[in-house]
Amino acid sequence: MNIVVCVKQVPDTATERKLRPDDKTIDREAAEGVINEICEYAVEEALRLKEAHGGEVTVLTMGPSKATDTIRKALAMGADKAVHLVDDALHGSDGLQTSYALAQVLKKIGFDVVILGSESTDARMGTLAAMLAERLDAPQLSLANKVEIDGSTIRIQRLTDYGFDRVEASLPAVVSVVEKINEPRYPSFKGIMAAKKKPVETLSVADAEIDAAKVGLASAATEVVDFAVAPPRAAGTIVKDEGDGGVKVAEFLASKKFV
Amino acid sequence: MDLLDIDARLSDEQRLVRDTVRSYAGDRVLPRVAGWFEEGVFPARELAPELGSLGLLGMHLTGYGCAGADATSYGVACRELEAADSGLRSFVSVQGSLAMFPIWRYGSAEQKAEWLPRMASGEAIGCFGLTEPDRGSDPSSMRTYAKRDGSDWILNGAKMWITNGSVADVAVVWARTDEGIRGFVVPADTPGFSAPEIHRKLSLRASVTSSLYLDDVRLPESAVLPGVTGLKGPLSCLSEARFGILWGVVGAARACLEAALGYARTREQFGRPIGGFQLTQEKLAWMAVAVQQAQLTALHLAALKESGELKPHQISFGKLANVRAAIDVARQARTILGANGVTLEYPVIRHMTNLESVLTYEGTEEVHLLTLGKALTGLDAFR
Ligand SMILES: Cc1cc2nc3c(=O)[nH]c(=O)nc-3n(C[C@H](O)[C@H](O)[C@H](O)COP(=O)(O)OP(=O)(O)OC[C@H]3O[C@@H](n4cnc5c(N)ncnc54)[C@H](O)[C@@H]3O)c2cc1C
Repeated sequence: MNIVVCVKQVPDTATERKLRPDDKTIDREAAEGVINEICEYAVEEALRLKEAHGGEVTVLTMGPSKATDTIRKALAMGADKAVHLVDDALHGSDGLQTSYALAQVLKKIGFDVVILGSESTDARMGTLAAMLAERLDAPQLSLANKVEIDGSTIRIQRLTDYGFDRVEASLPAVVSVVEKINEPRYPSFKGIMAAKKKPVETLSVADAEIDAAKVGLASAATEVVDFAVAPPRAAGTIVKDEGDGGVKVAEFLASKKFV
Repeated sequence: MDLLDIDARLSDEQRLVRDTVRSYAGDRVLPRVAGWFEEGVFPARELAPELGSLGLLGMHLTGYGCAGADATSYGVACRELEAADSGLRSFVSVQGSLAMFPIWRYGSAEQKAEWLPRMASGEAIGCFGLTEPDRGSDPSSMRTYAKRDGSDWILNGAKMWITNGSVADVAVVWARTDEGIRGFVVPADTPGFSAPEIHRKLSLRASVTSSLYLDDVRLPESAVLPGVTGLKGPLSCLSEARFGILWGVVGAARACLEAALGYARTREQFGRPIGGFQLTQEKLAWMAVAVQQAQLTALHLAALKESGELKPHQISFGKLANVRAAIDVARQARTILGANGVTLEYPVIRHMTNLESVLTYEGTEEVHLLTLGKALTGLDAFR
């Protein structure tokens, strides 16, 4: 089975993240780049599918050249090879454009299953899986906390407010996963050392037959008009218990519409 | 905190080793280690397979399921382990450098095949018995004695302060013989062998420390390590382990600096953060300098190790200088935390008391000073 897992590098959520004042895109130089956490779960699920059904896991990453660190991590976890779509023309691409660019690569490299995390911690759109499925004309199985493949049938369990949905489709398909799906493995040292020998194919926009006019900040469908730093959190309210503490807490919660 | 951007010089793989060990320790050890320390326990059986599957056990050795990592990766891993706790790093050092290394380096093909794969995976735990109740810094006069009896060996004696002793499946025991000092691979279930735990330590509490008693322990000829005779056997193991220590303590020191820095930024007295006072800043600045200098020493020694040029007195330099630096950093950090500095709510006093053991084991500070003194003057002051 040909499993492709989309992996994104994002600015470390543990550090202060910034937008660039010049073009209002994410400042990828300001913070250390790390693997988007939910992508680790996607990689883990891809590896488990491979372990159960055989085949190959390919990591697909669109991002600047420093995203190789993130690709390396996915390879160290056990993926077999990687495709890195890297081109200055892609800078500032929004969700729609990203889905177009990745779909072009996926059409080129082929797939039985594409696995993605449900969203990234930087842009937080949460729509890429849906847009990719549409562009690839493949069924979308979103927010999976369990994935099973049986022949050419794929079944997932989607966690919902009321329980879960069972969703079934035929391959090839696009799956997005949530954190409850598994516990990602740590890369082993042997994996880390093997990773440097695994093939990483670098594709430019031209290599992937992506129309450069359709990607990048200039032709993005969305525009960041303005941004401001969030105001510092106001000091908390301290309720002193003089016998009526419970009532005061309840009133406070009611005033904030929590109860 | 990495003011000199030292980690940026690491390779991609070395950074991945760093991140992997850091996140493992953060997920699996840090949330629980203060409790282990308080109770004086180390869940060796639970952690060993996890450490094994990461590839941390015998990571710098090759073959037999070992990862074959370079010296810097080995160092970085020790640093990140010890940033969690010196007891965790001690477990890994003893397993890889003191128990697996002598079998890997001096063992027979059968000894290697029997023990190394199981030790690399964490299924089997090892310990290293050199120190005795009455012989510490001067192991050459050890009393544990192995006598030939036909084709067998019979061992008698006692070892003390042996890390992992009570949880070990196998002990590498060094004993005097008529031919000189030799190493023996002693399965823990051999009749006459026992390893009671030493209690009431106030340092390295999240680490198992034991006595080993050898009471007419009969071993076949195949139990002796064929590849080495003399004190250079155990000393070569100690060189390996000391390299891990001089990296490891950089992690302990960094963890203390991190805790102190976080505290200094948020703790307010006299209406402002204590980190804004010049006296606190002076402490923090010296601590940062000490951590980074220790790191540079460690990196330099790793480069020498990789090129095969690392000499014993250079390891003494690193062990001496870096452990001393880490202790000084831990003590300064403790003062910045005020009363909170004496509780297990913060990692600092745990590191501070752990480092007292690290100062003593694997050659005391005095012994390494004498080694440097000898290297400088050519005069041996040991005896
Ligand atoms: C927690 C812990 C774990 C340990 N784990 C192990 C282990 O796994 N395996 C193992 O074999 N050992 C282990 N050790 C033992 C350790 O290596 C010894 O404690 C160490 O070598 C010092 O020996 P000693 O305690 O007998 O001190 P001594 O040698 O008696 O020294 C006492 C003091 O005298 C000083 N001194 C000694 N000789 C001289 C001299 N010539 N000139 C100046 N000063 C001198 C020393 O520096 C020290 O300050 C461990 C120790 C501890 C605390």
